[in-house]
Amino acid sequence: MGLAKRIIPCLDVDAGRVVKGVQFVDIRDAGDPVEIARRYDEQGADEITFLDITASSDDRETMVHVVEDVASQVFIPLTVGGGIRTIDDIRRMLNAGADKVGINTAAVSNPEFVGEASSKFGSQCIVVAIDARRVPSPGETGRWEIYTHGGRKSTGIDVIEWAVKMQGLGAGEILLTSMDRDGTRDGFDLELTRAVSEAVEIPVIASGGVGKLEHLTEGVTKGKADAVLAASIFHFGEHTVQEAKKEMQKAGIEVRL
Amino acid sequence: MASAIQIVAVIDYGSSNLRSVAKAIEHVASDRQKVIVTRDTNIITNADRVVFPGQGAMGDCMHNLIEQGLDAVIREAMATKPFFGICLGLQSLMDWSDEDGGVEGLGIIPGKVVHFPEDPRDAKTGERLKIPHMGWNQVKPVHDHPLWHGIEPGSRFYFVHSYYVIPKQKDVIAATTEYAIEFTSAVARGNVFAVQFHPEKSQHDGLQLLANFLVWDGSE
Repeated sequence: MGLAKRIIPCLDVDAGRVVKGVQFVDIRDAGDPVEIARRYDEQGADEITFLDITASSDDRETMVHVVEDVASQVFIPLTVGGGIRTIDDIRRMLNAGADKVGINTAAVSNPEFVGEASSKFGSQCIVVAIDARRVPSPGETGRWEIYTHGGRKSTGIDVIEWAVKMQGLGAGEILLTSMDRDGTRDGFDLELTRAVSEAVEIPVIASGGVGKLEHLTEGVTKGKADAVLAASIFHFGEHTVQEAKKEMQKAGIEVRL
Repeated sequence: MASAIQIVAVIDYGSSNLRSVAKAIEHVASDRQKVIVTRDTNIITNADRVVFPGQGAMGDCMHNLIEQGLDAVIREAMATKPFFGICLGLQSLMDWSDEDGGVEGLGIIPGKVVHFPEDPRDAKTGERLKIPHMGWNQVKPVHDHPLWHGIEPGSRFYFVHSYYVIPKQKDVIAATTEYAIEFTSAVARGNVFAVQFHPEKSQHDGLQLLANFLVWDGSE
């Protein structure tokens, strides 16, 4: 027995409300981040990730209050991503009760920010989020590039090289999203996940494309992910986190039940 | 004195996860216990219980403790009242840490802090393991202790660390955990209890451990 592979439900939050329709049958307020986080906590989620998709900076302050409220009731690790651009943004989220922050665009525009953040707060709370898209490659192995702006804008940066670089700058973990698979429910890009996971020494969270429970299992067994992140499969009440863990356990994966 | 308010001091030396620790303790504290996050040496000296949390790098931690004059207060608290260390709050009790090119610790519990081995592998499956050791792993108590009350042996707690402690005297080891090697995940000596994992992030069992600390009289 040893370390369990983690299941992480992800919630998109806009101006303090959970969006993309969480549909638990018996929930009073499907937009309340606290209530939903509590539900996932009860189901056995190993961590919870909030993605702040708030467009206006005025509403960002709302996210701080969301984190405060959740952190006083849910005692598992909380990660906040989206709009983290400055050392001050990180400090506010950690002070509010977040355990980790996800840095995405700010890392691409200024890689040194990751180094600065990790030396200030410790690698353990710095998650570098990578949005990857497969690009044509001459050889047999795949090649992926970093995309920003919700997967619309190419940067030309190679994903594997980037992941290694981020590790070197002090990232404690990588949240790897396949923009090709995100929203498709076709499963993770396993080749991508494995390529990144094997290239780095830090944990990798697979994300993007989960449509059924066996996709989570594959993410670990074939993708070599240390944790798997999913949204819609849990939000729509199709499956609970507990069911997902039992499925993974059947496949011989160590989980926290 | 039964009605007096008990003070639980959470030592604030600039670590990043103090709010999480304070919130978890507040969640399980009784009406007569007040949790104060502080670097005020008077409050810590007069507190009934002391919690020493920590996250980040050992070098910064020791630098901040000494600069703020908290090292002496910690020594005093550790000698006199129920004391709970978390993560760096365990590691900094040792003599020495290999982190940051080598850092002297408080030297309150003889021992050292070392990094997980290079190319760590699961002892049974040979599978390559990631560093930091991040996530939920099993904690196996070595012997009975009031702080394990209500917690099943082998329960999972949330870890995030790349270094672990090796106490010189084996009788202070309160629990072990396996990750590439078997390492010390909790230490107990008299009125001191310190853990490598994060009880404030370990759901029911973590809260139970903190609740046990809040009613502990400091005896083994």
